[in-house]
Amino acid sequence: MTGVQEKTSLTHGLDMDAIAREHAPMRLEDETIALEVDNLNLYYGEKRALHGVSMKIPKKKVTAFIGPSGCGKSTLLRCFNRMNDLIDGCRIEGQIRLDGKNIFDRDVDIAMLRRRVGMVFQKPNPFPKSIYENVAYGLRLAGINKKRTLDETVEWALKGAALWEEVKNRLDDSALGLSGGQQQRLVIARAIAIQPDVILLDEPCSALDPISTLKVEELITELKNNYTIVIVTHNMQQAARVSDYTAFMYVGDLIEYGNTDQLFTKPAKKQTEDYITGRYG
Amino acid sequence: MEKPAELQAANYDLVARDTKSVGAYVKSGAPYVWVTAAAISVAFIITVALLLLTAARGLPHFWPADLVQATYKEPGKEQQHLLAEIRSSEEVTTARLLNAGLPVDEKQPLYDRLLLKIANRDLGGVDFRYVLSDWLVERSQPKDATVLERMEWGNFHGFVVALKEGDKVVASGEEAWKGYQERQDRVNDLRGKVRDIEKGKIGAVNYDLERLRLQQRRLELDGKTPERNAADFAAIEAKRKSENEKYEVLRTELDQLNAEMGRDALVMKTVDGQEVTLPLSKLIQGYRPNDMGLFPKIGFFLGAIWHFVSEEPREANTEGGIFPAIFGTVMMVMIMSVIVTPFGILAALYLREYAKQGPLTQAIRIAVNNLAGVPSIVFGMFGLGFFVYFVGANIDKALYQEGLPSPTFGTPGILWASLTLALLTLPVVIVATEEGLARIPRSIREASLALGATKAETLWKVVLPMASPAMMTGLILAIARAAGEVAPLMLVGVVKLAPSLPLDGNVPFVHFERKFMHLGFHIYDVGFQSPNVEAARPLVYATAFLLVLVILLLNLSAIRIRNKLRERYKALEH
Repeated sequence: MTGVQEKTSLTHGLDMDAIAREHAPMRLEDETIALEVDNLNLYYGEKRALHGVSMKIPKKKVTAFIGPSGCGKSTLLRCFNRMNDLIDGCRIEGQIRLDGKNIFDRDVDIAMLRRRVGMVFQKPNPFPKSIYENVAYGLRLAGINKKRTLDETVEWALKGAALWEEVKNRLDDSALGLSGGQQQRLVIARAIAIQPDVILLDEPCSALDPISTLKVEELITELKNNYTIVIVTHNMQQAARVSDYTAFMYVGDLIEYGNTDQLFTKPAKKQTEDYITGRYG
Repeated sequence: MEKPAELQAANYDLVARDTKSVGAYVKSGAPYVWVTAAAISVAFIITVALLLLTAARGLPHFWPADLVQATYKEPGKEQQHLLAEIRSSEEVTTARLLNAGLPVDEKQPLYDRLLLKIANRDLGGVDFRYVLSDWLVERSQPKDATVLERMEWGNFHGFVVALKEGDKVVASGEEAWKGYQERQDRVNDLRGKVRDIEKGKIGAVNYDLERLRLQQRRLELDGKTPERNAADFAAIEAKRKSENEKYEVLRTELDQLNAEMGRDALVMKTVDGQEVTLPLSKLIQGYRPNDMGLFPKIGFFLGAIWHFVSEEPREANTEGGIFPAIFGTVMMVMIMSVIVTPFGILAALYLREYAKQGPLTQAIRIAVNNLAGVPSIVFGMFGLGFFVYFVGANIDKALYQEGLPSPTFGTPGILWASLTLALLTLPVVIVATEEGLARIPRSIREASLALGATKAETLWKVVLPMASPAMMTGLILAIARAAGEVAPLMLVGVVKLAPSLPLDGNVPFVHFERKFMHLGFHIYDVGFQSPNVEAARPLVYATAFLLVLVILLLNLSAIRIRNKLRERYKALEH
């Protein structure tokens, strides 16, 4: 009884509920959901790489997948735009729903799916074309051929990827002349040019130097205002810095998934705690 | 763990102990450098030697060599006067000469034997002869010795006597020589006009007449008769009449030109005093090699080479140029490239990108690779049996019925030759393209797919452009192989002498059904089928030299294109 009285006297009649809501950790339950993974199993031939993973990816938030090498985080990421289709002997059970539609349904147009779920790879992989043509590639595929629309969109995408200032005077130069960090931002520009709903980032900074990494991380924070972002990273500091939600995976299982701050400060599972404190991995 | 004895510091001496033994020498790597350098040196020397040899044997043919006037005194025989060009000299053993029945001195072990070009084949029957240097005496090089290049019978060696216009002598001695030069220019102009009319205009008229004949035949085959379809037949008849009229006009013009050309004649005297009258219309040019300085000779040399590459052959290919053969070779290679490139690329695309990789695909791949090892003459047989006799004959039945029984496509021709060579070189293009496709990194394909491209779009927009240098490599190898191939061509389209080029001014301009000449076959023909071996020998070398140059040129242009493509897509090499 005394405790309650004390508390009342300290708050001076402020609306504690509102304050609590504002400062309370973000909760998945409150988010709008962009992608819903439902009991996903994935096999490479006989080998099972994902064990019944279920999770919800919130809209316009950054979700990070962490875990030791070979834990299936990249595999899971590549399920979102069906990149695993390219691998011989890869079989998938379960569902991933984008706007309520299972992307593994037979009637899904994979090209359309990939237009809505863009991807950036581990190593920068620009085409051996000009900077301009790299960004315009996806637009042309989508049937945009008007010079003005292309020009505007290319500029917009390059600005969005914080690269415009560095390349605006040499758009016709080969993209391969750019530095690694610039190339990675170009690839991000290429991905956002077609304005997807979701952007998948597969260890986007692992081949970059610290300054380029910083730039890309700032960019990710910027991008989440407009896009749902899913990032796979080896670097736990990075996950802690940029993500809102974090999933920890271990040998094909989703061990723990939740608010990033909570996961890093008060992990619910022993395995998670061991990993983030560096006891294995 | 304890360090194994071999790794213990005691066994490592920082200063090398063993520098002399064979083992140490092999270990040092120096022998590998030597062996590899030797290999490349040998390859390089052989290539250069090949070019130098063909050039050295072939090109002197075009040099205006000095004429030597001499008396040939063979013991026991009447002495002869010769006016000749010394082609080569060699040492021959006395025994061989005795065997040949020559009265040589047995005590002298070796004799110098000369090969003379004495020309005047129409008078003496031969234009080359071997003589012994020791018996060739009283040599001199008269300034007024003249060489005349003729349309027939090879060259003429002799001295100018007089110049005639009709039956009237207009000049003699030096005056005649000067007058001759001008008049020869005039005759050559006229000859150009005559050729223009004969080949060009009359050729076109003949071509049209033949087409009219075929049109009429077509009508008859369609069941039309002059009675029921009078209009159609009348139209053809009218056209034929106008063509015939055109022909008459040209004929008269031609007769006039020929008469004008026959006006002048040159009276010449051979070295043994025989007088010969040569009409200028049968001459091409005259020159006095002994009176020419170095620079005029060089000019003449270059001019002669130009004539060689730009003119048509004469006299069973032993004189004149080889232009039709160069043209035929280049055109055939180009048609082949146009066919083999898309075909090979598509096949490679399927094998690498679409086919499910398994034992069957692997078997097909091995079969394709082995095709490259099939002897080319087998491809020639296939081309003859399949393309000419089967495909060609059926095309004739379907489309060119009016021409039968004389075949249009059912006979060897440049299209079938190109197709046969395309088959022959297909494996090369497929293998090179496949390797190119395999080298495109997976990440680039994924980048394209992730942007919403379909597999086909990815192939067209990203993969194929990036693999294009590899495709060009395949094409370069294909060209190198095709341009040098002769055996299969003899079965499917190459001839000794083609009356017209497969490309001319008559609609439809490119005549795929025509037979053509080829440098490789030309070498064989001139070298082995020619009645005049000595005259032909330098031509064989010169033609071989040109063939190598043509192949080199074709390859260099392909390599240039490839390097440009490489420059554009070079990034991927990391």
